[in-house]
Amino acid sequence: MKAKEKIRISIDENLCKRCGICSEFCSEKVFLELDNGMPQVTVPENCIVCHLCDWRCPDLAITLEVIS
Amino acid sequence: MKRPVGKQFMQGNEACVFGAIDAGARFYAGYPITPSSEIAELCAKFLPQVGGVFLQMEDELGSMAAVIGASTAGTKAFTATSGPGFTLMQENLGMAIYTEVPCVLVNIQRNGPSTGLATRPAQGDVMQARWGTHGDHPIIVLSPSSVQEFYDLTLRAFNLSEKYSIPVILLSDEVIGHMREDLVIPELEDLVIVNRKLPNKPIKEYRAYQTENDDIPRIAPFGSEYIVHISSSCHDETGFTHSKPQTADQLVRRLHRKIERNQEDIIQVEWFGPRKADVCIIAYGAVSRTAKQVVVDAQEKGLSVNLLRLITHWPFPDEQVKEALSQAKVIIVPEMNLGQVAQEILRLNSLQTPIYSITRIDGEIIMPSEIMSKIEEVIR
Amino acid sequence: MSTNSYKNYLKEEHFPHIWCPGCGDGIVLHAYAIALAELGLAPKEVVTVTGIGCWGKSDDYVATHALHGTHGRALAYATGVKLGNPVLTVIALMGDGDAVTIGGNHFIHAARRNIDLTAVVINNFNYGMTGGQYSATTPLKSKTTTSPLGNAEPGFDICSLAEAAGANFVARTTPFHVVSLKNLLKEGIQKKGFSLIEVITPCPTYFGRYNINSSPVANMHWLKDKAVSVSRYQHMTDEDKLQHFAIGTFVNKDRPDFYTMYQQINDCKWEGGR
Ligand code: SF4
Ligand code: SF4
Ligand code: SF4
Repeated sequence: MKAKEKIRISIDENLCKRCGICSEFCSEKVFLELDNGMPQVTVPENCIVCHLCDWRCPDLAITLEVIS
Repeated sequence: MKRPVGKQFMQGNEACVFGAIDAGARFYAGYPITPSSEIAELCAKFLPQVGGVFLQMEDELGSMAAVIGASTAGTKAFTATSGPGFTLMQENLGMAIYTEVPCVLVNIQRNGPSTGLATRPAQGDVMQARWGTHGDHPIIVLSPSSVQEFYDLTLRAFNLSEKYSIPVILLSDEVIGHMREDLVIPELEDLVIVNRKLPNKPIKEYRAYQTENDDIPRIAPFGSEYIVHISSSCHDETGFTHSKPQTADQLVRRLHRKIERNQEDIIQVEWFGPRKADVCIIAYGAVSRTAKQVVVDAQEKGLSVNLLRLITHWPFPDEQVKEALSQAKVIIVPEMNLGQVAQEILRLNSLQTPIYSITRIDGEIIMPSEIMSKIEEVIR
Repeated sequence: MSTNSYKNYLKEEHFPHIWCPGCGDGIVLHAYAIALAELGLAPKEVVTVTGIGCWGKSDDYVATHALHGTHGRALAYATGVKLGNPVLTVIALMGDGDAVTIGGNHFIHAARRNIDLTAVVINNFNYGMTGGQYSATTPLKSKTTTSPLGNAEPGFDICSLAEAAGANFVARTTPFHVVSLKNLLKEGIQKKGFSLIEVITPCPTYFGRYNINSSPVANMHWLKDKAVSVSRYQHMTDEDKLQHFAIGTFVNKDRPDFYTMYQQINDCKWEGGR
């Protein structure tokens, strides 16, 4: 895990098609899939900034920003 | 080798290649097919000598596509084909018309349909040249009738293509493609070369398919500062796919308008013989040579005969043909097909002038005697 | 370079894109934009050529020069573009229909000619755009809308085809293996000569629904489970091989590309020409 960087993970609701890929494959279980299928960022502090959710999102809906 | 200049003796297909190189063509892609193959062979020899590229593609579908590709990258490009190859090129001919990519397609017509008599001449592709690709579309088609004119019209085909951002078809035939005769190739500095219009707006405001009063887009070549998007789907001024009914309507109507409003510039005919005559022969390509002989022979016989030779096939020379229909008592239309242009003349015949069609589809050229006996039969 | 510079290669104003939830096309588009950004190519130096199909719509979302043509001809246009202006980086984005079914002839000849292009072929084993009919890569016995009881034809192995035809760079990956996807795209684009990157991609709506599962997540799991490295694949039993496919680089060589050969061989000038 990277040093204590603050991460902002944002999901563009207009782009997300609720495929569930981000929450299924995040190794750190950062997301929670809501009943309506929308992913919700629940524990951003666990994020290791692997970018895989961002790059695997078919709808380019996820943005990771490092704020330090 | 040196650029040929001044009086030369060469084959029609050869004159076409020198016309293309003089017009600035630097890319050829094609698939060999009789009777057009000499054009490919000579391009293979000469294009690299002027810094160009000859590419023998895997088929005619790809040939026409590669020609479009090269033109979008800013290189004047052309192809040549015949018979079945012309059929395969229709797919991307439509693409070039719709996306307004300048290029030249030479068709050395041979007998058909299908493989037909592969080495024999015909004029059976007049309507295919007009309507071969699907959907409503404009087209420019030119028809040479001598080796000199093959050179001249190849140059003109590139110029019209660049000027109006549209593919131009050179519709020749086996006779003109393979015959050898004298021609004069001008000095380079005496040639008029037209190049496509380039963007005249700042990058931020640029839209490749936005036209001004002339209906002609300014499409920058790929690689320029102006990012260009070219789409075979219905597209708006930005070039990006846009599927609103209004966009589709406006685009195709503009494509037609850009040619219709410039008919005077595009349409060329030749009147041969007396300016007014009882009998007017309307002919083009190889058959117009026969017709010229008939006009000369008729004069000797004291018959009043002239010739309207169509140099531009499409857009159709409506005005000139109407003039012929109003002046002559009889119209004779000899063609190496079953009357493709005769039908088009009928469309314009509001005066009900008698029209006689002479047709041949056996791969043989129409002889002067055939036309003469028709004339003598109908004016009796 | 900032992590977001890939945005310079995308027309984000055209988003959301048309692809179905969980369709792999968007992942490949994203990787393509990142690859271009990391290579530092300016959008004006790149021409993206597309054909027809779901992936054939990808040009709608790129900010490079683009040519969207008829079905199957992307490589033929791309060939002309490259020879019309050899300094351009020309990349053809095609589906399995475009690349090896209707356009198969152009594909083998572009590879044989070794023209300096990159072909990014999304292989989702069917025609998504027209409703999930079989293509030349649909595996034997797979169900599609035109093979409702199973496909009677075997599918092409696109990489083997490219290798046999003579491509300089041949690789396969998937949108699940997104880091390798981006890296292979970069390698392919940089390689002089013909490069093929085959991306086995989920189409949850059709091929997935009929043969795997309609859920996007299940299709990604399928890729994860089925894809094995080239070296692991080589050591598999024939039976195991049937259940898997190899990902990684199959060919990486430096045969001279077409234009280099052409110039070498045709080294002659026309005196007094224009
Ligand atoms: S991967 Fe993207 S589209 Fe899918 S659920 Fe997550 S944010 Fe939404
Ligand atoms: S960057 Fe990696 S760890 Fe962080 S949320 Fe995305 S997938 Fe999870
Ligand atoms: S039909 Fe298949 S390939 Fe097409 S967008 Fe939907 S999931 Fe993707």
